[in-house]
Amino acid sequence: MQPIDPNPFLIVGAVLFVCGVVCMTTKRNGIGVLMGVELVLNGANLNFITFSRCTPLGLDGQVFSLFVIVLAAAEAAVALAIALNFYNNHLTIDVDRGDELHG
Amino acid sequence: MNTTQLTLFWLFAALTCGGAIAVCVSQNVVRMAFSLVLTLGSTAVLFLLLGADFVGATQLLVYVGGTLVLIVFGVMLTATGPFTRIKSSAAGGILSGLIGIAFLFIVASTVTSVRWVDSDKGQGVASKIEFGTHSKAVASHFNPEQQGNTTRQLGLSFLSLRADRDLKFGIPPAPVEESNTAPVIPGESVAAAALPLNSNPKLSVGYLLPFEIVSVHLLVVLVGAAYLARTKRRTKS
Repeated sequence: MQPIDPNPFLIVGAVLFVCGVVCMTTKRNGIGVLMGVELVLNGANLNFITFSRCTPLGLDGQVFSLFVIVLAAAEAAVALAIALNFYNNHLTIDVDRGDELHG
Repeated sequence: MNTTQLTLFWLFAALTCGGAIAVCVSQNVVRMAFSLVLTLGSTAVLFLLLGADFVGATQLLVYVGGTLVLIVFGVMLTATGPFTRIKSSAAGGILSGLIGIAFLFIVASTVTSVRWVDSDKGQGVASKIEFGTHSKAVASHFNPEQQGNTTRQLGLSFLSLRADRDLKFGIPPAPVEESNTAPVIPGESVAAAALPLNSNPKLSVGYLLPFEIVSVHLLVVLVGAAYLARTKRRTKS
């Protein structure tokens, strides 16, 4: 198989990661924060697949990305349950309103 | 990559980055969810371009089909009426955009300053890393002829059988082994000729235990999520 330059794929992964981090830190909507986490995990997955194709990492990168996908699904389920409970208690999903623990 | 692959790569890389930026910029939750669908679907196409067919299909099935539907349900249940858009201040948006661009510059310049692949012999970083006890000849010949088609090898690795490492697919056996075995018939298939185990007595690590742990983890997480999200009776206090 002909070699592939990994740099364009890595830059796309970096864009995904940075967008996810910015989304996590700036969104006031709880669901928006959850979407930022998904973006970060996808950037990491893209890097795993790129290195499994371009380096001797081989099949292990694909196995790790499968684990990441499964754990992201589990994380989304739990975070959504927490968001629903937050909505039931506060009648909004604004994460700035969840500040009862500030002492 | 040939021209078709390059065109597909640039098209779907632009879709991925544009969707990710739209998720960041948009203030409406429903539009953010749609942009996330676009981003994750385009990422699945990038996986397919990298020869990871099973992971790309799993991305489409589990992420776009499962996780995103879950998120859209969350949007439907929580974003009622005036809560659809929760504004953040414009100055904060500009500041976070500038910080994000600076962060992206740092990450991209760091990533591209490393030579990952050895275009010249032995010059890349990745070729200097020893992967377990395996020779580079075995490790670098991962999936040589059959680009894509990784489903069987992934399934075997989840059963702790490393067909890609231990069985030496696609590599002719060493001449020492050939001397004391039967002569290879030219019409014989490559897979049958490569069937004898690697001469290295140490077998590669598989993923049976992480697979079991992840399955139990998924069960516990789903039970916990159902427990957390149940409807509580309001007790009068």
